[in-house]
Amino acid sequence: MSAQTAVRPGEQVPPSRTDPYAIRKRPPLYRRRTRAAWGFALPFMILFLVFTVGPVLLSLAMAVTDLRSRDLRNPFAVEFVGLDNFIAVFADPIFRKAAANTAYFVLVGVPLTLCLALAIAVVLNSGITRAKTLFRVGYYMPVVTSIVAVAVVWRFLLHPDVGLINEVLGWVGIDGPNWLASTTWAMPSMIAMATWRSIGTLIIIFLAGLQSVPTALHEAAALDGAGVWQRFRHITVPTLRPTLLFGAVITGIGYVQFFEEPFVMTQGGPLNSTLSVAYHTYNQFGFGNYGYAAAMSYVLFFFVVLLALVQFRLLGDRDTPRRRRRKPTPVARQEIGR
Amino acid sequence: MSANVDTTRSDSQLPPVEPPTDAPHGRRRTHKTGFGEARPHWLAYLVLGVGLIVVTSPFIWMALSSLKSEGEIRQVPPTWFPEAPTLDNFRELFDRLDFPQFFTNSAVVAIAVTLGNLVFCSMLGYVLAKSNFAGKKLLFRLVLGTLMVPGMVTLVPLFVLVANMGLVNTYFGLILPFLAAPFGVFLMRQFFLGIPDELIDAARVDGASEARIFVQVVIPLAKPAIATLGIITFLGSWNNFLWPLVVATTEDKYTLPVALALYSTGQHQTDYGLLLAGAVVVVVPVLIVFLILQRYFVQGVALTGIK
Repeated sequence: MSAQTAVRPGEQVPPSRTDPYAIRKRPPLYRRRTRAAWGFALPFMILFLVFTVGPVLLSLAMAVTDLRSRDLRNPFAVEFVGLDNFIAVFADPIFRKAAANTAYFVLVGVPLTLCLALAIAVVLNSGITRAKTLFRVGYYMPVVTSIVAVAVVWRFLLHPDVGLINEVLGWVGIDGPNWLASTTWAMPSMIAMATWRSIGTLIIIFLAGLQSVPTALHEAAALDGAGVWQRFRHITVPTLRPTLLFGAVITGIGYVQFFEEPFVMTQGGPLNSTLSVAYHTYNQFGFGNYGYAAAMSYVLFFFVVLLALVQFRLLGDRDTPRRRRRKPTPVARQEIGR
Repeated sequence: MSANVDTTRSDSQLPPVEPPTDAPHGRRRTHKTGFGEARPHWLAYLVLGVGLIVVTSPFIWMALSSLKSEGEIRQVPPTWFPEAPTLDNFRELFDRLDFPQFFTNSAVVAIAVTLGNLVFCSMLGYVLAKSNFAGKKLLFRLVLGTLMVPGMVTLVPLFVLVANMGLVNTYFGLILPFLAAPFGVFLMRQFFLGIPDELIDAARVDGASEARIFVQVVIPLAKPAIATLGIITFLGSWNNFLWPLVVATTEDKYTLPVALALYSTGQHQTDYGLLLAGAVVVVVPVLIVFLILQRYFVQGVALTGIK
């Protein structure tokens, strides 16, 4: 505690005459402030420990036991099984199928969503002056819409006979498939839905990032004869790198947990072709295989973290994590400062 | 001070308003500078317009089709505009289902969750941003660390917990698990970081207690962030689906999404007109709120990057 007191930033006591005095004086102040701060933190932390941290730990405990739903009444019959559940998860052919589906969804969905959002954000930022709000609001609308209502509407849109999508495809002579009943096309339909639902958030993040791309650079490059694409490739993208990384990470975290779309649209079918790892976990919970499902949920957690790390490797450089956290500060500061 | 914040907020949180094209500093936006900015704007509008139609057409189609008769909805080829607009679907929906009850449930849960988050998250966010105390780093890491935990990890332990507390099928069971969300702490902290230390120190020098500083100095400054968190939390709770589906076991505790989901997968699966009317009832209030308050969403995303 004394070490922390010594390095506290931004609170220097005038060093000249007060040094011994300050050493006596600081700890009580610090203690008082710590008490006050914990008073502020306490209501949140109690709820947070009970309803978030508690269940996370409980889940980990479940994962190393053979707990099933009928054991809840008689918890002493539960046995510690170590990593058996994890071994069983990886040996489970349905899990492998679900993992492959999830990988498909993430590997196609994340780049697709990022590219589309970036393209729209760049065009929105290219100097158009009218209807900017209209576009931003329009693209964001799916984000605030309940997945249940989305499912009702999309089931119609994807309907083989009376659906709008096949009707539009018919105009150009394509005979659209029965999207949700086809093992080939059900997953692309899910990806399209997820992209539609996520693009609005990313557009706003990218727009905020694009504001920080210095126009002087663009002007200088344009004077030197760089074309639109060259400037995008060599100025916009590198400057936007931290924002792109951030967008990729939050989209990735969301997409690995892919659950709602198949849950409301296909129930994982046809023939498990849209069954995701999160959905398989949910089903196993439903069947009462608590220990097994908890282990699988931790496998999912592991992949979330793994994907985030991979994205940091691919898109980030060493100082990105810090820049990411600091970036919002100027926005807020401007706001207060004015 | 707070008035000052209020008046400037709209142009600082959104992308800057375009200056008039004849203003000197607006030159780079005009067609005349020759820095490649003379790019045809109609092309940008075309791209954005087509995208906008694609993105919003499900909503338009939903609204229009909810006014169609059952027969017209099943018609091949599908129509855009209802041939004989009718409100029958809505009338039947309200006859068959207890919508006022679902609406009340959704509202009670969403309001309670929002108020709780505003109070608890801003308190913790404030000390994490503006105070130095023992255990601060640990607290922050603990809270942030759970942002990445998949919902599936906690679903069943949470349900077992709530069941043991005897809270299944109660408002408390629907509300309590969401009262303290890490996202809110993160958002409020990010905002509070931008408040100058001098303001808080000045109040401390004047002898104000931490509680008084928080209520009288910090909160008035944080109105934009509070509005942002409030709206995001409210709509998140309003749209929340999986947990209410698990916890609400009788109709008198269903929220709107749960009611619509059970309705659309149950025996009414093929009452297309009714389902579309239900979707409209669920979506339209949210969209209206969103359209009125959209700038706060933009600000929330810009502050934290998380929807």
